[in-house]
Amino acid sequence: MTQPLLELDRLSISYRTRRGAVPAVVDVSLSLNPGESLGLVGESGCGKSTIAFGIMRWLAGRGQIVGGRVLFEGRDMATMSPAELRHVRGKRIAMVFQEAMSALNPCLTIGAQLTEVLRFHEDVVGPEAERRAKTMLSEVRIPDPDRVYRAFPHEISGGQQQRVVIAMALLANPALLLLDEPTTGLDVTVEASVVKLIAEVSRRFGTSLLYISHNLALISRVCERIAVMYAGEIVEEGPTRRILTAPIHPYTRGLIACLPESGADKVARPLAPIPGQIPAPWERPAGCFFMPRCAYAVPGRCDVAHPPLIDDGTGAQVRCVRADEIGPERVAGVAGQPPAAAEGISVAVDNLSKDYKITPPGLRGLLPFAEPLRIRANDHLTFNAEAGRTLAIVGESGCGKSTFARILTGLERATGGKVEVAGADLGQLSVIDRSRDQLRALQMVFQNPDETLNPSYKVGRQIARVAKRLLSLGRKERAQRVQDLFAEIRLPPGIADRKPRHLSGGQKQRIAIARAFVGRPDIVVADEPVSALDVSVRAAVTQLLMEIQRAHGTTLILISHDLALVRYVADTVVVMYLGQVMEAGSTNQVFSGPHHPYTELLLKAQPKLDNDQGLDAPVEGETPSPLDPPKGCPFHTRCPRKVGTICEAARPPEQVTPAGHRMACHIPMADLARVQEKELT
Amino acid sequence: MARLIAQRLFNSAVSIALVSIVLFLIFEISPETVAADALGQYSTREQRDLWLAANGYFEPLHVRFLDWARRCLTGEFGNSRLYNAPVSTVLGPRLAASGILAACFFAILIPLSLSLGVFAGMKEGSKLDRGISLLSILTTSVPPFASAVLLAAIFVFGLGLLPGTSSMIDGFRWKELVMPVAVLLLYDFGYLTRITRASMADVMQTAYIRTAALKGLPDWWIILRHALRNALIPPFTVIMLQINWLIGGVVVVEFFFAYKGFGSLILEASLTHDLFLLQACTAVSVLIAVGTQTIADIGYGLLNPRIRVAR
Repeated sequence: MTQPLLELDRLSISYRTRRGAVPAVVDVSLSLNPGESLGLVGESGCGKSTIAFGIMRWLAGRGQIVGGRVLFEGRDMATMSPAELRHVRGKRIAMVFQEAMSALNPCLTIGAQLTEVLRFHEDVVGPEAERRAKTMLSEVRIPDPDRVYRAFPHEISGGQQQRVVIAMALLANPALLLLDEPTTGLDVTVEASVVKLIAEVSRRFGTSLLYISHNLALISRVCERIAVMYAGEIVEEGPTRRILTAPIHPYTRGLIACLPESGADKVARPLAPIPGQIPAPWERPAGCFFMPRCAYAVPGRCDVAHPPLIDDGTGAQVRCVRADEIGPERVAGVAGQPPAAAEGISVAVDNLSKDYKITPPGLRGLLPFAEPLRIRANDHLTFNAEAGRTLAIVGESGCGKSTFARILTGLERATGGKVEVAGADLGQLSVIDRSRDQLRALQMVFQNPDETLNPSYKVGRQIARVAKRLLSLGRKERAQRVQDLFAEIRLPPGIADRKPRHLSGGQKQRIAIARAFVGRPDIVVADEPVSALDVSVRAAVTQLLMEIQRAHGTTLILISHDLALVRYVADTVVVMYLGQVMEAGSTNQVFSGPHHPYTELLLKAQPKLDNDQGLDAPVEGETPSPLDPPKGCPFHTRCPRKVGTICEAARPPEQVTPAGHRMACHIPMADLARVQEKELT
Repeated sequence: MARLIAQRLFNSAVSIALVSIVLFLIFEISPETVAADALGQYSTREQRDLWLAANGYFEPLHVRFLDWARRCLTGEFGNSRLYNAPVSTVLGPRLAASGILAACFFAILIPLSLSLGVFAGMKEGSKLDRGISLLSILTTSVPPFASAVLLAAIFVFGLGLLPGTSSMIDGFRWKELVMPVAVLLLYDFGYLTRITRASMADVMQTAYIRTAALKGLPDWWIILRHALRNALIPPFTVIMLQINWLIGGVVVVEFFFAYKGFGSLILEASLTHDLFLLQACTAVSVLIAVGTQTIADIGYGLLNPRIRVAR
């Protein structure tokens, strides 16, 4: 019997706070064999990151291991001296963090940050260290290791930064790699390639993985086993396949039901949000921690004693007293609704372009007549948003979707073309020149509610203020309006008297949505409205947004990189790449094909639970710089279906089907349909 | 980087040009006063007009400005009435004296405050941090005129170790420099220490320091290589601003110890309406301010690679 590489033995970690010791991790036992990969999933606040830092013995500030042991290669890490600990950190256990940009020192070159690992762990310096660092950079598929070695972190893209952090972790050839949400904030395509890289290198170097994420679909691509955490403890643990196909614990079922399945739409398979939210450590119920949110809970059984983790005989463990009783049926989701009928056109975008001028770099840019460089952020966009329906704009970061939102909302002015709303060209009308009614008619929901809501005011007051500005309501009417809105976003009215920091992420985003809908707007632009939220909350907020839109008959313009969400919410879809429209059509047309090769790439990069083609999706490459966009078809540099020199030379013609499905590609749509069909079968 | 330097130098040249125009115009508002100051209050109207004509005050404004600018550039600031000597010969020694004071002050301040600040900020809330913070607040809260009296009482009158004035009548003596530098240090080191401490404490909280620690790097390496450079950016600004303050603003200390520096010169010039001297002093102050600011901007670029790509 081999000795496990890492063993957590009834580990408990608490944080000292003003409320006393708050248990963040309770009695967690896990073991990881050499070369094995284990995923740790759960909503934020369930203690998964605390476990990672507990393993590293880096519980900054107030964290403390209050019980249990961490055994690494059979040794209790609590007994290690600082010098031994330093030897383990970086050399035997390496960590990859979320947000690579902040994990890298902005003032040191990538090379310096890589070679210092070798200097202290392997005594290797000078040209040998440089050679090994560059070799590792090419191992993590960085196309130009020499340039990146000399570059500063801000000079390389987000995807490359994350690759550098992975390279840094692998340099000393550690036995265990801890990954804490390593792809948060990356584009789906980049995310897919980073996850693929992690799986590859761990196989090649025989590194064990502990992969922490809130995204089950991502974890299932890399890990052999999955542990699901809830409120500081493990509620279910077992082989990946078994967890995904036959989940037993109601929480695991809930997490799976929140994820949009590929191929499903909102009518056929509605999302089933997990109601409520994770209890704060001091509010955990006496019995099962999940009971207040559980659809299967039975009073008298679930609220009596805290359930133990029981082996179910198939190599998996479940913490549920009703594990044997609850059948395989899924929780019924809220039924989806068929698309709303179009009532004319609400936003007409006609040949809209936006150029940004930037001064050229270097001394040349100082010359008074230096020709400014142009970045074409929006290149002759043409599409319509139908009144009362949802239009989604999708694409990777840098595709110009946010620039479009900025023009529509009046933060930027268009360089050419028109955006017509209610007879006025808003493209040339900046926000300070708009009439109050124009402002009222068009509102926004932003990605991060913390940046939308002023932290120093009570949320009710912030909503009332909008009612005053946009609707000129009196004091009494304002209070009434706030109350009505709170009912609509399903928050208890008492929350109006709280400040944003006392609310959860989901509650804050509900408030942000209420704020947008105060003035009964005709159009709401939602820029990644749920991507900062937890998976379970995402589903609920998405449904709320759809309901409130339907009730008000509002036109919703949804900007998102999450195709699963788009498929679920939108009626029509516009796919953008490098400022141009690549494909547009009804949701059905865009998702069932024929697909533009770029849309196809995005679809393949989506993390899916039922992903049988696994990691072989061709997702390499990054968006070229908009400063120097490719000639011809902008996508030809990454296109897996490039037909030849025509793609490099000529801008593709726009093909339109009678049903209104548009696509800019040199390959005839019928041919695309044929090859894509063939690959499926 | 070359572009940043070129840009900053150009900006400073523009600011100096603009300020010099303003400076010129201020002294142009009433030429009569200038003439009266130059000839004395008992001069007649005709005498003043003659003087004004002789000194070119009736020429067109732009001609006079260019002439003035040319003289400034070659160091001809006119005559100081107070000292009855060319302004440049008065100004030179005073600037040198202030320069020596400033150099001694910074030579102690920078290593002292930066190291205290870094030690305090390394472990926020530690005993060392609390001690250093308390000391800084205490010393900064005593104004220089009070600490000058106090220090003089102890070291000059009590122990008799140091001279009570620093007028350097018998030539330059290091001993006379001790008291002014000590008073300035006592007042100022706490400020820079606090800034450094806050900045260091912030840096120690960042994700990249955590990354460095979890890479298994030793503490001294993390501090010296990862934290220090990032932590020095805010104190660097403060140091540069302190130079301006020190050159012209330490009147109290210079006066208390009868130190013949630039600060007391400005005070004398303004009390006695010595216009040409005042004008020259102002010009020098502007030059120093613009110069330190330019150095600060370029230094930023060196400390922080993200700034090097200037827009």
